[in-house]
Amino acid sequence: MYMLGAFVAYYGAQLLHLPFFAALIVAPILVGAFGLGIEVTLLRRLYGLDPLYNLLLTFALVLVIEDLMRLAAGALGSPYQAPDILSGATNLGFTVYPTYRLFVIVVCLIVCAAVYVGIERSRLGARIRAATEKPELTRAFGINTSRLVSGTFAFGAALAAFAGVLAAPNTNVAPNMGDSIIINTFAIVVIGGLGSILGSIVAGFALGVIAAVGAVLYPPISNTLIFIVMVLVILFRPAGLFGTPERSA
Amino acid sequence: MIAGRRGALVGAALLALGLVLPFLPGVYIIFAIDLVCFALVAMALDVLLGFTRLLSFGHALFWGGSGYVATILIAHGITSFPLALLAAVAYAFVLSALVGAISVRRSGIYFTMITLGIAEIQYFLAYQLIDLTGGDNGLTVATRGTFFGLSLEDDHVYYYLVLAVTAIATALAVRIVTSPYGAALAAMRENETRAKSLGYDTDRLKLAAFVFSGTLAGLAGALYAIANRLSGLDGVDWHTSGAIIMMTILGGIGTIYGPMVGAGVFQSLDYFVSKTPIGDKTNIVMGLVFAIVILIARRGIVGEILHHLSARAPRLVEDEDDPDLLVPDISAETA
Repeated sequence: MYMLGAFVAYYGAQLLHLPFFAALIVAPILVGAFGLGIEVTLLRRLYGLDPLYNLLLTFALVLVIEDLMRLAAGALGSPYQAPDILSGATNLGFTVYPTYRLFVIVVCLIVCAAVYVGIERSRLGARIRAATEKPELTRAFGINTSRLVSGTFAFGAALAAFAGVLAAPNTNVAPNMGDSIIINTFAIVVIGGLGSILGSIVAGFALGVIAAVGAVLYPPISNTLIFIVMVLVILFRPAGLFGTPERSA
Repeated sequence: MIAGRRGALVGAALLALGLVLPFLPGVYIIFAIDLVCFALVAMALDVLLGFTRLLSFGHALFWGGSGYVATILIAHGITSFPLALLAAVAYAFVLSALVGAISVRRSGIYFTMITLGIAEIQYFLAYQLIDLTGGDNGLTVATRGTFFGLSLEDDHVYYYLVLAVTAIATALAVRIVTSPYGAALAAMRENETRAKSLGYDTDRLKLAAFVFSGTLAGLAGALYAIANRLSGLDGVDWHTSGAIIMMTILGGIGTIYGPMVGAGVFQSLDYFVSKTPIGDKTNIVMGLVFAIVILIARRGIVGEILHHLSARAPRLVEDEDDPDLLVPDISAETA
């Protein structure tokens, strides 16, 4: 989804001369719709089975989509330009930092905060949490849980696409760009605690910092650090740093 | 189905197929060797997945890791095939005991993530220890070594050696899952709480299955690496773990022979698709096939066949429809 988002932005820019800011909106919408389609037609059939089947089906879809994109776009990445206003560097007083990266940091913080507030504090968020924790009971209260779950899935896909567009100017747009992050993302979510937005956010930022510090202190370890942390977290705090304990161990 | 006359029949049929495989039209001998190696590792994963319900997304740890151990030894002048193989298998054994000891207490996604995480650690180690592993380039060796004086450079000789090892390992696996220990595993898979209350140490049962599965996966990976005289990063990559899972589920989990069929179908399909205009983007087809299997035929090829065979037998009609199909069909097994 992350990769698809970047690609939508890229094609948008190529074919329609879609500006970056428009891509930031259009790509998540398209990918979100695509995610909704997948959820409604495919993933929904697997609810009630072992959740590992979900994982496996999405794994299969990732393989298919990734190779389709390789077929359509070639394996090599294409550079993607950030808009002119965001290029260059900004003097922050204590250091000079590339403007685009600064923009990404600010936007990410805003989006993370918005999602956190949305899930933890709003009425809709409360329903979503209820629907994932006790679906039968939530349904009994007259809430359409399957629509909620579909919406949440689509929203998650849209967010991933949003991140993909944001990342596009920094990395290259390539079919395997999702590859390098999918495992890390999984690890971050597990470390933060499944179902804990705050946990994921904190773990995401913390691991970014840890990996960077590790890279400075002892470069070979920076890639493995995240997995070492994950394994330790699963062993000693299986629910994740911010999660509530596992219901059935 | 694994035990009894029908099981023996299926096993014998597969062995016969293995014996004639190199002579079938269009079969390239190296392809046949790879196929049998993958059949062995898929079978190994099935011992774990089919009989404990633990989904390891980290079997590349053993497959690729043992491959590296074998090629590193050969590269350093240890050209005795049995020695290199033994060391590789010992590596997988020790590693699976360690990983198993910390992972089998967790279930579901957490178990999966631990195995994946540890496999990724090894991946990055292999990537970075360039002096030892060749890093990105992989490690190429000049020879397969010798087997008590017998040269293994001939592909057909090596093929039959691999086939013999695989046949023995499969017989062992069949013996194990049909033993009282296998029955205890099945009991635990069906109802872990009940198995525990009957006095079974379920963590130990799982650990034993994990070690057996991991060690066999290492054996398969070492045979594969020696066959190709090459260990590369793709062997320790998580995509390989995924491919092994795909083969196992495609063939039918909990059926031992099924995953071997699955590996054969997977490898053949992959090969044929790569000859079409799609080229090396075979995952388009492989992913679709796997998605379809997960959506509509979760018992896998062999599992579905068995299910339909036993559904026709009147005494098994009262087959309760377990919605959680990660459990293989017991009614078919006991037939």
